[in-house]
Amino acid sequence: MNGVRLYLRYAGVSIRSQLQYRASLIMQSVGVFLVTGVEVLAVWALFSRFGQVRGWTLPETALFYGMISIAWALTDALGRGLEVFGAMVKDGELDRLLLRPRGTVLQLLGHELTIRRVGRLAQGCLVLAYALSSPTIAWSAPKVLLVPVAIAGAICTFLGLLVLQATSAFWTTEALEVWNAFTYGGITMGQYPLPIYRSWFRGLFLYVIPLGGVIYLPGVAILGRPDPLGTPALVQWLAPLAGPAFLALSLVAWRVGLRHYRSTGS
Amino acid sequence: MPQIVVEDLVKAYRIAERQPGLWGALRGLARRRHRTVRALDGVSFSIEAGELVGYIGPNGAGKSTTVKTLAGIIVPDGGRCEVRGRVPWKQRLAHVAELGVVFGQRTQLWWDLPVIESFELLRDIYRVPEARYAAARDELIEALELGALLDVPVRQLSLGQRMRCDLAAALLHAPPILFLDEPTIGLDAVSKLAVRDFVRRLCRERGVTVLLTTHDMDDIEALCTRVMVIGAGKILSDGPLAELRARVTRERWLTVDLDDGVGWIDEPEAPVIRRDGNRVCLAFDPQRLPPAELIRRVTSRHAIRDLFVENPPIELIIARLYAAQAQRASGTDADTTAGADGGEDAERASGAGSTGEPGAPP
Amino acid sequence: MGPYLAIVSARFRMLLQYRAAALAGLWTQVFFGFVLIMVYEAFYRSTDAAPPLPFPQLASYVWLGQALLATLPWNADPEIRAMVRSGAVAYELCRPIDLYALWYARALAWRTAPTLLRALPMTFFSMLVLPWLGLPEWRLAPPTALAGLGFAVTLAAALALSCAITTLIHITLMWTVSGEGIVMLLTALVSLSSGLLIPLPLFPRAVYELLTWLPLAGVADLPYRVYSGGVPPGEIGLVLARQLGWTLALVALGRWLIGRGIRRLVVQGG
Repeated sequence: MNGVRLYLRYAGVSIRSQLQYRASLIMQSVGVFLVTGVEVLAVWALFSRFGQVRGWTLPETALFYGMISIAWALTDALGRGLEVFGAMVKDGELDRLLLRPRGTVLQLLGHELTIRRVGRLAQGCLVLAYALSSPTIAWSAPKVLLVPVAIAGAICTFLGLLVLQATSAFWTTEALEVWNAFTYGGITMGQYPLPIYRSWFRGLFLYVIPLGGVIYLPGVAILGRPDPLGTPALVQWLAPLAGPAFLALSLVAWRVGLRHYRSTGS
Repeated sequence: MPQIVVEDLVKAYRIAERQPGLWGALRGLARRRHRTVRALDGVSFSIEAGELVGYIGPNGAGKSTTVKTLAGIIVPDGGRCEVRGRVPWKQRLAHVAELGVVFGQRTQLWWDLPVIESFELLRDIYRVPEARYAAARDELIEALELGALLDVPVRQLSLGQRMRCDLAAALLHAPPILFLDEPTIGLDAVSKLAVRDFVRRLCRERGVTVLLTTHDMDDIEALCTRVMVIGAGKILSDGPLAELRARVTRERWLTVDLDDGVGWIDEPEAPVIRRDGNRVCLAFDPQRLPPAELIRRVTSRHAIRDLFVENPPIELIIARLYAAQAQRASGTDADTTAGADGGEDAERASGAGSTGEPGAPP
Repeated sequence: MGPYLAIVSARFRMLLQYRAAALAGLWTQVFFGFVLIMVYEAFYRSTDAAPPLPFPQLASYVWLGQALLATLPWNADPEIRAMVRSGAVAYELCRPIDLYALWYARALAWRTAPTLLRALPMTFFSMLVLPWLGLPEWRLAPPTALAGLGFAVTLAAALALSCAITTLIHITLMWTVSGEGIVMLLTALVSLSSGLLIPLPLFPRAVYELLTWLPLAGVADLPYRVYSGGVPPGEIGLVLARQLGWTLALVALGRWLIGRGIRRLVVQGG
């Protein structure tokens, strides 16, 4: 059974496991929806007081907000295994993974598909729907496709961050929180248009961890509005590719980490 | 051609040291001290296909490091290792596909799933063809009596039931080699016997090579004809169980239930090592004092209700082996074939098995 | 008093062992502070209208929020969660000590120890390092003497209030499924109404007025504004009264509820 089919098997198993605790699951999904919903209230409050942020309106910001929210909701659902990897290294579960004739990353992705994250997915979809319903967007077939492509690019970038976080567990299981700055900080950063940030901060999320690039640049193309950063249209449309590239690099780091773990033991 | 070959394995770890107290903890923020532990210090052995080998040693001696190296999880610092012609850590995927491992203290089954679903998931992970899987599964279900457990989620199983399921799970892909780590820990008597019986038959009838790591000496005595003892990274003993015993001590024990109200036996060549009410235990060297002669002397001078002769418990043998090795390591000359006198010191040091007061002259 | 101090000290020592974790957490919160301040900065520059909160006070607000994050009652102690779930809480009942007081002390230790560890370096960074990095406009401004004093007092009250809320959260965990839901609900509520999400003064006026009367404003928003001088010295007494009033009310509620919770557990035999 090849990797994809095995992953689907894992996913089915995980979902059925969680459905056993139906009441708790529903409660948690609603809870997540509320918590993320409250975040939207905060953004709305800011816009209602200030009207716009550096020339960007609420519907325009909502496009970035919705896309990154959806991307993170899906990554968060997929990436639970990577998040708890630190604990696995500590208690020896990693050894069990190495005793199976399968790749470690595949097994980690298959560890759990967390359903309750769907609460944030719902929030993201609602915000995105609001953004996409704006009359100022001139739709075309390629633009319609660009939305899921940009989201996919962001998912790849987020997954890359989670892989890097899990990789650092090979060296220290205590300092994994370092990556939260980029993951959760990155979510907050990506919710707003990139040009509002100072240039050195923008650079981090354009050239190093392309989270800003994979959401903002296609977003500008979709909105069809002038880009204060002056990026050429071709770059805007190709930006999502930075996601898979980043993920590929992080998987290289993962292999290095795994080799280190196996040479130094536990 | 041996199935498993290990030659001069070496592996060292660096461990950070924690300093005690609040001030030590603050200092630890600035600088950390490390010490090196040699988990494997030139380990060599070879195992033929179909052998059932026990692997024992104190905690920290290097048992799990050895097993992890054989499994391909860890890369050693030096030495040679080959399992079925492969180097485990270099060809991990191919190697582990032919390996079954059971950890007594943690299950590899999915906690919330019915047992049979865990089995099916493992079938997919190990890429076992459906027909072969079905045959193996049915055989294992019958041999381990898992029929009633198949639809029960793993979290609801008792420890004994879970262990039997874990055994089956490890064998679904018909591996020629099986590593067992503490398989009977925490089990009730009936389950222990069932597990031992299963493993014995597995080895004898199927020719599965089994490496058993355990602290339970009853497991060793029941299952293993060959025992390897590891201490501080070195193999201290490798061979039949009887040989291990003989290597450490020729000593045997005569336990007597006295019926004369005295509660004491004074035999010059057989000192009392344990005393519990009317039960007295004498240690003696059968080569200097034949058992029959000792029994004759005791029964002629005392009224007794019962007596029996036995070997010292395995734990004591092992403890003496470690003590001797530790003494050797620290540079003193030790007489490893300890006679009856040396026995008391080692026993007091190890605290093995004494239920009554240690022997003392009246 | 002795045993409670011992609990705090033990936790402090445990946290020191994980120096890497301490640094990592510090880094993450500094990063977050940067993001938040930049977002607010962008909004502030988008309009000429006078904002309800001057930017320097807003920057201080953000840094205080990050430095004192552990004091906010937005999560439940995983140890207590596990204890209730496994039924080990029964052992707590066997101890010759008031269960509410014990849990309150636990909450105090759980909130205080990491705060001390985080607040000092964060204050150092946001007050002294930022200007040195060339970002003086983002820094945590030092308070006036009176404001500093008022802050110390209202912060202590905030901590007491936060622990009362935290203990209440822990008590609701005894009602398993609904307990989980309540924790999530409270997380949302806390982040909204304490000032964690955005400084309360930035909300529309009516909403803001309402929120300042709720208990959660006393946990973060009110003490932070005392610090930066947003609350005139005369009104500090009123802030303190609100905080302590809510604390007493929630402690009373907690004590009553814990009695019912215990009876429920005993009846269930769990």
